[in-house]
Amino acid sequence: MWKFFHQLASPPHFYRLAAVLSPWLAAPGIALIAYGVYAGLFLAPMDYQQGDAFRIIYVHVPSAYLSMMAYMIMAVSGGIGLIWRIKLSHAVAAAAAPLGAAFTFLALATGSIWGRPMWGTWWEWGDPRLTSELILLFLYFGYMALRAAIDDTAKADKASAVLALVGVVNVVIVHYSVEWWSSLHQGQTLMKKGGPAMDPAMLYPLLAMILGFTLLFGSLLLRRVRTEVLFRERRTRWVREMILSPEGS
Amino acid sequence: MDAMSMGNYGVYVWSCFGLTLVMVLFSYWRARLRHKRVYRDIEVRIKALEERE
Repeated sequence: MWKFFHQLASPPHFYRLAAVLSPWLAAPGIALIAYGVYAGLFLAPMDYQQGDAFRIIYVHVPSAYLSMMAYMIMAVSGGIGLIWRIKLSHAVAAAAAPLGAAFTFLALATGSIWGRPMWGTWWEWGDPRLTSELILLFLYFGYMALRAAIDDTAKADKASAVLALVGVVNVVIVHYSVEWWSSLHQGQTLMKKGGPAMDPAMLYPLLAMILGFTLLFGSLLLRRVRTEVLFRERRTRWVREMILSPEGS
Repeated sequence: MDAMSMGNYGVYVWSCFGLTLVMVLFSYWRARLRHKRVYRDIEVRIKALEERE
């Protein structure tokens, strides 16, 4: 078991493994998304309150879920890097940030587009879910800016890991904001006690989209971590040998 | 036509799906481009060093 983790944390091993795994995550991810888009747009019945505008949840919910998951990956990886000094985990944290920012932007944008016909406004500053999600986007920007501002990679890793860990508080706030405070945003639907409060015809495409987005995110993350590993290891012997070998990358 | 209009919410629904597609494709393209650039930079540096040696 430990040998497996030890091997996985080895940059050359991970670099090769990620190249193999990335397409294997992307292919089922794309298939699930294709099913989710088709079933969500054309097979799922219309919502009796929101009409067809409810179909926006098929892209909004997976994006919002990934915006938090990417942050947790970033923070946990940063924490592992700080405690156990595993170089690969800092690479994972650095690679997760731009993807997390992209999905957070997507969650905010699709939520805002949904809010216009449903709430009659693009944005509501008093809403805790919206505001905490916007703070999450700023945390991603701050994390990336901090990394870019420090030339020494080791120092950038440490400083950004501390920032990521502090920001976890905001992820908890994003998740529970609809329960803790009065919010325009609807409450928990999927993770509700007693099971999801959705018709199966609406639920299955949503679950397919969430799983598909997660697999696609995993594939993109592996690609980005590969690049981060390559950059960090650019002066090592294994990179030199790989570049000079006839097979290349 | 019904699928396009989405009960008069077509602009909102399709713009969300379109934006998502653009963001996913952009993320993939960025990841691919950055890997190519990093790889090429390292390749140029290593080959220049090899020639010097």
